[in-house]
Amino acid sequence: MPRYFTKDHEWIDVDGGTGTVGITDYAQGQLGDITYVDLPAAGSAVKKGDAPCVVDSVKAASDVYAPVSGTIESSNEALEAEPELVNTDPEAGGWLFRVALSDPSELDGLMDEAAYQAYVAEL
Amino acid sequence: MSALNAAGWRPEMGPAQHPDHESSRQPTASGDKGLMLEEPLIFELGKPGSTGVDIDPASRAPADALSKFRRRQQCQLPGLTEPETVRHYTRLSRQNYAIDLGPFPLGSCTMKHNPRLNEKVARMPGFADVHPLAPQQTVRGALEVINELAVWLIELTGMHGVAMSPKAGAHGELCGVLCIKAALEARGEDRRVMLVPESAHGTNPATAAFAGFAIENIPATAAGRVDLAALKARLGPDVAGVMITNPNTCGLFEPELKVICEEVHAVGGYVYCDGANFNAIVGKVRPGDLGIDAMHINLHKTFSTPHGGGGPGSGPVVLSEALSPFGPLPYTARMADGSVRLIEEEDAAGMGHSQAFGRMAAFHGQMGMFTRALTYILSHGADGLKQVAEDAVLNANYVLRSLDDVLDAPFGSSGPCMHEALFSDDNLPEGFSTLDIAKGLIDEGFHPMTVYFPLVVHGAMLIEPTETESKAGLDRFVAAMRSLTARAKASDESLKTAPHFAPRRRLDETQAARKPVLNWKGG
Repeated sequence: MPRYFTKDHEWIDVDGGTGTVGITDYAQGQLGDITYVDLPAAGSAVKKGDAPCVVDSVKAASDVYAPVSGTIESSNEALEAEPELVNTDPEAGGWLFRVALSDPSELDGLMDEAAYQAYVAEL
Repeated sequence: MSALNAAGWRPEMGPAQHPDHESSRQPTASGDKGLMLEEPLIFELGKPGSTGVDIDPASRAPADALSKFRRRQQCQLPGLTEPETVRHYTRLSRQNYAIDLGPFPLGSCTMKHNPRLNEKVARMPGFADVHPLAPQQTVRGALEVINELAVWLIELTGMHGVAMSPKAGAHGELCGVLCIKAALEARGEDRRVMLVPESAHGTNPATAAFAGFAIENIPATAAGRVDLAALKARLGPDVAGVMITNPNTCGLFEPELKVICEEVHAVGGYVYCDGANFNAIVGKVRPGDLGIDAMHINLHKTFSTPHGGGGPGSGPVVLSEALSPFGPLPYTARMADGSVRLIEEEDAAGMGHSQAFGRMAAFHGQMGMFTRALTYILSHGADGLKQVAEDAVLNANYVLRSLDDVLDAPFGSSGPCMHEALFSDDNLPEGFSTLDIAKGLIDEGFHPMTVYFPLVVHGAMLIEPTETESKAGLDRFVAAMRSLTARAKASDESLKTAPHFAPRRRLDETQAARKPVLNWKGG
């Protein structure tokens, strides 16, 4: 299952027509302890670059940008009780939302793991 | 810095009586330490049913009148006598920190001295005891004060009109943005985009979104200012306006503001300026000369009215000629007979002010703050207000240059700062954070600065010393900051658990946010 990364530190796993989105380990480290995640409602349409989700930490409230356009299929309800999953398991159990891709070609503009790690190393 | 009276010695003590013998300190039976008193929750004090006033038992309503709404349980109110209540809040207040105790480098609301003359004038019965519904002819003095302050604010900003009623900064922002919206509607245009630079206050995008605009960010340059090229590239017929904070939240003046205003006006947009930081430029720069269309002024900052301690804020909005017709009601105007009147709906058309977008508040605004602000303005005079700006900027630059050899100042090479000195955590060693410095400042006897904002700077520490701190006071603050930085660089682990001397140790902010306990449950 291919994984892509954005410059805004989101990751997206693509499985068929569905992408699972979260924030990277680097992002959670920068944000500090996550206290609340404002998750998007299933069925809502998002455009690439929209901010359907907000992550609150002790330092700041940060938008999470949609890496691709599509329709929200579901969100990670476990985060309502345990927002700390975004800190402890950001790139698996701390996923944020799933989106049905409307334009898979948008993935072409994203980075792969190696490119993202090189990008983070420059920051 | 030599610590003030480090040994705790008093003139009446013999040299052998220095009280700094840790070993001789035994826990007290009461839990209090000297005359610093511990304080339980109010619910843990007194006993249910105790009260400071006589309540007539006969005043209980009959059961049938209350029907099913009759309370079945005791209501869980604390039962305290008047002296118990007074002591509870007085004890708590002794654990608090206030501008009347020491510096407040937070840079938010009133963190500078509130002159006592303001308080004296605000307490005069003719100002303090008036009612908003009093007939206008009975409160002419109060109306004169509002109008006189309005004239000063217009003069100091070089603008055309002013809306006095907004209650604080963000309320003022909303007022200004609603004026922009009304002006666009009057032109028959539907512009949906509000541009907000990264160096703007966090309330700016929130205000524009609340007013129904879509927000687009404009990046900051490496020098911490608005990226003019990026702004120009985004301007177009869908842009309603730009919200700019000047001086911006990196503590820097936006020197391109005049050009920005010209460019925005050229495409039919308006410029909102967040004037929260007006204390850095008052008497020096008139925003109207730069082309600003609307700007709020925090009376509770620039003009020293109390707010940080919980008093009401006040955020009048000055307006350009283009936006003034849309300003809210009511407003004051001097009539042909020389008297000042509050113009309400029934008079607005006759005054040529029929396009007002509505009201921001039920009444005219914060009378107590108006009185204090006008007192501040008149007691300083035009020359004194200039010195306010000069001293605010001088003090901030003194802090910036006194610390930039030990802390990273990301915009230290962008020229002098304005009223705020900004540092990042880049020079702190691995494992030590901005939060550790902030908590260490509490032990040193200072309120912490703003931390982790602005977001464009990693681990930001934003210090606003204000114009009312003396050089000696600033030197003490700088010495404390240098000591804390040195402790971090020496890997002093105790800094990570600061504060050690405050009434409470480091609180678990994460747990407080994730699992807040909001109800008291009696044991």
